[in-house]
Amino acid sequence: MERRKPLRSRRRRVFDWSTAAIAAIAVIAAATVYWRDGRVHFLAILAGDLSLFAEMLPKVLAGCLIGAFVTLILPRELVARWVGHESGLFGLAIAALFGFILPGGPITIYPVAGAFLAMGADAGAVVAFITCWTLCGYTRALVWELPFFGPHFVIWRIVEALPLPILAGFLARMALKAGLARVS
Amino acid sequence: MIVAVNILLWLVVGGLAMLAALRGRALLQSGARDGAIDFLRLLPRIAIGVIGSGFVAEALPRSVIIPWLGPGSGFLGVAIAALGGALTPGGPVIGFSVGSAMLKSGAGAPQVVAYSTAWALYAVHRLVMWEAPLMPPRVVWLRAAVSLPLPFIAAGMAMMLARP
Repeated sequence: MERRKPLRSRRRRVFDWSTAAIAAIAVIAAATVYWRDGRVHFLAILAGDLSLFAEMLPKVLAGCLIGAFVTLILPRELVARWVGHESGLFGLAIAALFGFILPGGPITIYPVAGAFLAMGADAGAVVAFITCWTLCGYTRALVWELPFFGPHFVIWRIVEALPLPILAGFLARMALKAGLARVS
Repeated sequence: MIVAVNILLWLVVGGLAMLAALRGRALLQSGARDGAIDFLRLLPRIAIGVIGSGFVAEALPRSVIIPWLGPGSGFLGVAIAALGGALTPGGPVIGFSVGSAMLKSGAGAPQVVAYSTAWALYAVHRLVMWEAPLMPPRVVWLRAAVSLPLPFIAAGMAMMLARP
């Protein structure tokens, strides 16, 4: 097997501006609730938020470990061969299926998608893959979305997203065929 | 439900750790270390996002949210939500905490579906920071362009099915 460069270039920094902005908004919101609704109400909301936070921690740790291990051990070339060699609707469905089952964050997924292209997959399959990963991927839904939104919302949102990866893949192919876009 | 989700996720972790261990102790260790470091770096963001979203949802005046993003806001509300999703920076904590704050403060479910879908598909910050450096740029812009109508389709389905 060929040697691959480790994918560890872009680490999350401890501090960034979007988090700082959210922190400032959170403090203003908390102060507003405290002054407007009183201490008891403030503490009730804080308790609810803290229990949600505690509930998320084991999931987030699992999600981080899954992402780290998949980045290290995923046979990218093997997956790319699967996706690259199928065409038509079936090719889009296979690509979407891989998007659904492959866990991990952007540092895992975009290089995999890049490998698909390098191995000859069409841009439609790559679009279907990324769309399905971002909308229906199970780690993101279980780790992040479920604690915030609860099962009813998450399940229906995903059901309504199911046709979208295939649709996006078709649109990408149509755009290429019509000459509206080029990828090489 | 919560327990089952945790068990499922940790089973996946166990399976992947075993696969890594079969390839050598060093791989197992570096996977565990990378994952743990990522987790520690995420902790402050999660704390801010989760605790913040509860207070933001409570502080937001419903009289502002409901006409613009409420269940009666229709297509315009969906369009505003999709635009908001595209402009939301940051990682999963921020997108999902803003979405849940919207929902708690009276936004309609289809509007929140449009927000999450747009944010997942073409948050500008993620396209520029992550996708464009790691993928051929033409493919990135093609993907973003064909994704433009998808939040509207998802929201339309949510309206038709009246769920979530």
